[in-house]
Amino acid sequence: MSTTTPPETAAGEPVAKVLAAPGPGPRRPHGRRGLLTSLASHGILTVASLIALFPIAWLVFLSLGPDKDDYLHPGDIWHKMTFSNYAFVLEHTGFFGWLKSSLIVSLGTTVIGVLVAATTGYAVSRMRFPGYKKLMWALLVTQMFPIAVLIVPMYQILSDLQLIDSYLGLILVYCSTAVPYSAWLLKGYFDTIPFEIDEAGRVDGLTPFGTFFRLILPLAKPGLAVAAFYNFITAFGEVAFASTFMLDDSKYTFAVGLQSFVSEHDAQRNLMAATAVLVAIPVSAFFYLVQKNLVTGLTAGGTKG
Amino acid sequence: MTVAIDRATGKRRGDRAPRPGLGRRVRNGYQRHWYAYAMIAPVVVVLGVLVLYPLVYGLYLTLTDANSLNTARTIGVNHIDATYKFIGLDNYQDILFGPTAYDRFWSHFIWTIAWTALCVALHYCIGLGLALLLNQKLRGRTVYRLILILPWAVPTFVTVFGWRFMLADGGVINSALDALHLPAPLWLEDTFWQRFAAIMVNTWCGVPFMMVSLLGGLQSIDASLYEAAEMDGANAWQRFRYVTLPGLRSVSSTVVLLGIIWTFNQFAVIFLLFGNTAPDAQILVTWAYYLGFGQQPRDFAQSAAYGILLLAVLIVFTSFYRRWLNRDEQQLAI
Repeated sequence: MSTTTPPETAAGEPVAKVLAAPGPGPRRPHGRRGLLTSLASHGILTVASLIALFPIAWLVFLSLGPDKDDYLHPGDIWHKMTFSNYAFVLEHTGFFGWLKSSLIVSLGTTVIGVLVAATTGYAVSRMRFPGYKKLMWALLVTQMFPIAVLIVPMYQILSDLQLIDSYLGLILVYCSTAVPYSAWLLKGYFDTIPFEIDEAGRVDGLTPFGTFFRLILPLAKPGLAVAAFYNFITAFGEVAFASTFMLDDSKYTFAVGLQSFVSEHDAQRNLMAATAVLVAIPVSAFFYLVQKNLVTGLTAGGTKG
Repeated sequence: MTVAIDRATGKRRGDRAPRPGLGRRVRNGYQRHWYAYAMIAPVVVVLGVLVLYPLVYGLYLTLTDANSLNTARTIGVNHIDATYKFIGLDNYQDILFGPTAYDRFWSHFIWTIAWTALCVALHYCIGLGLALLLNQKLRGRTVYRLILILPWAVPTFVTVFGWRFMLADGGVINSALDALHLPAPLWLEDTFWQRFAAIMVNTWCGVPFMMVSLLGGLQSIDASLYEAAEMDGANAWQRFRYVTLPGLRSVSSTVVLLGIIWTFNQFAVIFLLFGNTAPDAQILVTWAYYLGFGQQPRDFAQSAAYGILLLAVLIVFTSFYRRWLNRDEQQLAI
């Protein structure tokens, strides 16, 4: 063993994976080197955590300053911290309207997207049919559509259908981006469910649809959670389509509404920061609820392509 | 059922199942395929209606001179019919070779490539480093992990505004640089620093995804491989090089491809960080959006043509990437 060791060294240690660990493997004795490595790891991780945390903490801090130029003199905020921004945002802006729009659009996309993606994911995971490769290829290609390709024709089509400025239009548009990736993700997850379960279901007389709905879907809950989460986040955070297709400010989603603080209200950054914090809290909470499933789902989706 | 594609065990095998005998295949074939097609029908319909049709329509638009003044529109009760006309490939000719094509297309093109390469490289290296650190027995690693995925947990449009406050002239970053007697660049005005800031913000936003995916990949590497390597006297670097990296290969190839696609198409970061104020820092996607919706009159045809060019670049790239990945083994499902 060399004496100069990069901090990555310890990554070589076998990680006891809860399910797969065959038993306590032979461990290296922890000596001075182990201590140094661990100190270096903690150091790097702490710095990285600070970098990850700071912009958000800063936003929260700024949202407590009452004046719109307080972000230039952050030191003053300590003396006059107040929640007045939050009160103002909740009472005098379109906050709840934006909330409603965002929720309708995101949940609509989630429900439709997951339903449609799940059947496809199952089909491509279990069955080899003519056109299988083409379908996978199409899903991948759709995933890489730049918004610039679709936004103009979609704008034209939606205005022909009178769907500009409607929730349904936006949900449909989002499905086109969310469904292909979800299907891919779910395919990866279904691949990890043993085929014996399908076979057992078939032997007991279930149709393929029955197998899917009664056996596979309940088993795939973590994967479905990840796909649902992905759809929700995609729809919730999308900027380009929402900015273009939602013209009525009562139907703005948060992503659009937040921008309106800068243009219309003469850059009211304090209110913007408060709104941003209010938006971030529920979404992050939701994120942390499902994040346990996230690693499993994403890896399953990732490793099996 | 004879279909037993055991990819779940991680065995690298061709992507097709071992074929059953001919008689069975014919007998089962129709039935099995019927179900399969019924199950993929919703996606095919959704993609056909929402993607294929707009794509074809968009392709047609690029061959016209459509803009917001000559397309069909309704003002109040008056309906005005479309008057744009077919002009063939003139849009492409103009974008690629027309006068000032360098300023309008090629400069953005080069910047887009640089942006994608730099961002994905940073995402991957930082993500891998953090994943390796988190993949140790370490006190408090759950806490670290929860904090480190925060940039991903908070919606991009929120965090980008946070960055905008920090980068603003007189914001906290420049104040800190001033206090350290370092030069304070004009992050949001000067072209070079705009680009620097864009890459920085996007790196900050994109690392957690890589980190989480690679961490999952690391955890799926069989621990006995490391033990075997250690028995054979491999040092830390050799274990990393010959066990970790190959073990990560399939997850890496997928996340890098996704990362490239997403970064190439990254709209929110640049659009929200600069709005329309930074023509030189716009990547092709935001530039196309600007042409189609950020200016008056809106130039729908050119915007759509940019979109088609972007898609062409991505498709060509992805084909080569796949061929390169599959050069010695057919391991990807697609």
